[in-house]
Amino acid sequence: MDIHEYQAKEILEGYGVKIAEGGLAYSPEDAIQRAREIGGSVWAVKAQIHSGARGKAGGVKICFSHEEVEAAAESMLGKRLVTHQTGPEGKVCSRLYIEAGTDIEKELYFSFLVDRTHERIVMVGSAEGGMEIEDLAENSPEKIKKIHIDPAVGLLDFQAREMAFELGLDATQISHAVKFISGCYRAMRDLDANMLEINPLVVTKAGELITLDAKMGFDDNALFRRQKVAELRDKSQEHPQEMAAADRGLSYVGLDGDIGCMINGAGLAMATMDMIKLAGGEPANFLDVGGGASAERTEKAFRLVLADKGVKAMLVNIFAGINRCDWIAEGVVHAVQKIDMQIPLIVRLSGTNVEAGRKIIADSGLPIITATTLAEAAEKAVQARNEQVAKEGAA
Amino acid sequence: MSILINKQTRIIVQGFTGKIGTFHADDMMNYGSNVVGGITPGKGGQTHLGKPVFNTVKESVEQEGAEASIIFVPPAFAADSIMEAADAGIKYCVSITDGIPTQDMMKVKQYLRKFPKDERMVLTGPNCAGTISPEQAMLGIMPGHIYKRGVVGVVGRSGTLGYEAADQMTELGIGISTSVGIGGDPINGSSHRDIFEKFEQDDETELVLMIGEIGGPQEVDAGIYAAKNMNKPVVAYIAGLTAPKGRRMGHAGAIISSAGESAAEKVEMLQDLGVTISPTPSAMGATVAKVLAGMK
Repeated sequence: MDIHEYQAKEILEGYGVKIAEGGLAYSPEDAIQRAREIGGSVWAVKAQIHSGARGKAGGVKICFSHEEVEAAAESMLGKRLVTHQTGPEGKVCSRLYIEAGTDIEKELYFSFLVDRTHERIVMVGSAEGGMEIEDLAENSPEKIKKIHIDPAVGLLDFQAREMAFELGLDATQISHAVKFISGCYRAMRDLDANMLEINPLVVTKAGELITLDAKMGFDDNALFRRQKVAELRDKSQEHPQEMAAADRGLSYVGLDGDIGCMINGAGLAMATMDMIKLAGGEPANFLDVGGGASAERTEKAFRLVLADKGVKAMLVNIFAGINRCDWIAEGVVHAVQKIDMQIPLIVRLSGTNVEAGRKIIADSGLPIITATTLAEAAEKAVQARNEQVAKEGAA
Repeated sequence: MSILINKQTRIIVQGFTGKIGTFHADDMMNYGSNVVGGITPGKGGQTHLGKPVFNTVKESVEQEGAEASIIFVPPAFAADSIMEAADAGIKYCVSITDGIPTQDMMKVKQYLRKFPKDERMVLTGPNCAGTISPEQAMLGIMPGHIYKRGVVGVVGRSGTLGYEAADQMTELGIGISTSVGIGGDPINGSSHRDIFEKFEQDDETELVLMIGEIGGPQEVDAGIYAAKNMNKPVVAYIAGLTAPKGRRMGHAGAIISSAGESAAEKVEMLQDLGVTISPTPSAMGATVAKVLAGMK
């Protein structure tokens, strides 16, 4: 789960991390009011959306008067901002963060991430701030410092010092830096974050360390014990179908193609999508219905897939382990009868009670296309999709 | 032989008396697994499915000689159960439980490392379908009847895709020595490489099939290990060719977040390392058959 910049900053401030003075605004009037409260003569108006690279999308503006703050707020609020991280549909900006301008001397990169190879939290820093870490890792990996944290003892002061020196900070800044780094680490550990990125971390002209941008992501598996974090969820920033799926205990990812999928198991779902692609089609979605696919759950999954109006054919691929094919078949027949599908449906069943399942589909009298193997299912789905497109084109 | 489990392996079930634990314990016993009891704290002394219930794993080791354990405990308590098994002297543990927090798994891995290597419990999972040595023993939740005993060692992240592979091989008359699910989480008990080491040592296994997916470094690590240290051929399929970058595909670990983590990149690197790639998920059985035929 991701949160907004202002929420991450509030969390970090609670752990003793220094942030620039700022406040939240929901309207241009709010924005001016916040600018007044903050004082000074330079403000940053920042769109709060779940994405990095907001600057290039017009989501961060530096303003030198209240009029400019108002104009910037108007240009962002209610708009869809498209960055390379949001996808082409972009994300709607409904809140702004107004922040005091900072006199920047130097920009640094700093983060804590989960390192899957070392199975530990890793602290990552670079004296080259502002760039995206992926680009930095590709172009100049020698400029990135990584320090792994032992989960049994946590971050040690000497590690924080080592990082601070690596970032090019001078002797007078080290104790502040250690406080900053250990505050970030405690936020990461205590709240089950899986990502905490400060990019850029800024050294001001006065020599102070300030968190200019902050991003935090959290482990979904740990939200059950982080109620306060779970409450920070902003549903407006999430894909509506993916959210609806998650609320029903299904795992859904929307894609660009037009062959809808319902599969049990994440690996088999990915493999089935690959098969569709190799057969010349494009999957419309990833959907794992999980182990206990009841009739009710099957119907929900059908509705979810068909809510995407671009879907031209639907493929169901179930390998029943704990499930039984006859139960799945009953669920599919029930869903088709209830929903009144207008597009072709291809069903491939395998595993426990497969004969009984195939019989239920055959006896239903419904125009369901069946397949025995994964390859056959994908080929038939692509063929049915092409026929459907031709039919719609002719109509 | 087989790896990790066989007909004699003395098995306990952690989370024995719960609904899911009961269902699968019964299923495992019907398959022929040597289940000697189970653990439910507070219900020690009772009998369940005709087997003794213990309060602690230690008691089951002392009284029943338990060697292997399977975990059906809810995610909030699963890490603790895994560490309890390790401390009690269990040799092999499968965690079926899905949804264990990442930081809990970091602690588990750190805890396991404190044991000397020859005394360290082997963990597979979490978030997996378990392990089966066909026609001997099942420590998992898979449909046992689709597996046939034979010479192919299988290791994979996904449950149902593993069933698909087993089914394709059974159709072609090819059997499996042991099939191990390592699970779909970013931090897991054993990697593909860890299981490769065991298959290389196993007399019964002649070829290894790896079923990988997008995300993380483990498939390529295993390929590097195989190129350097294995005499047995390796066949692999990597799922997720169509997966977009930065999107989590069901499994917590199935996400392309940095270079080398996409299916296409993994396939290319594995090919360079001498691994035979199954070009599609429906060709896993046929690809294994071809490599096996070439060995004769």
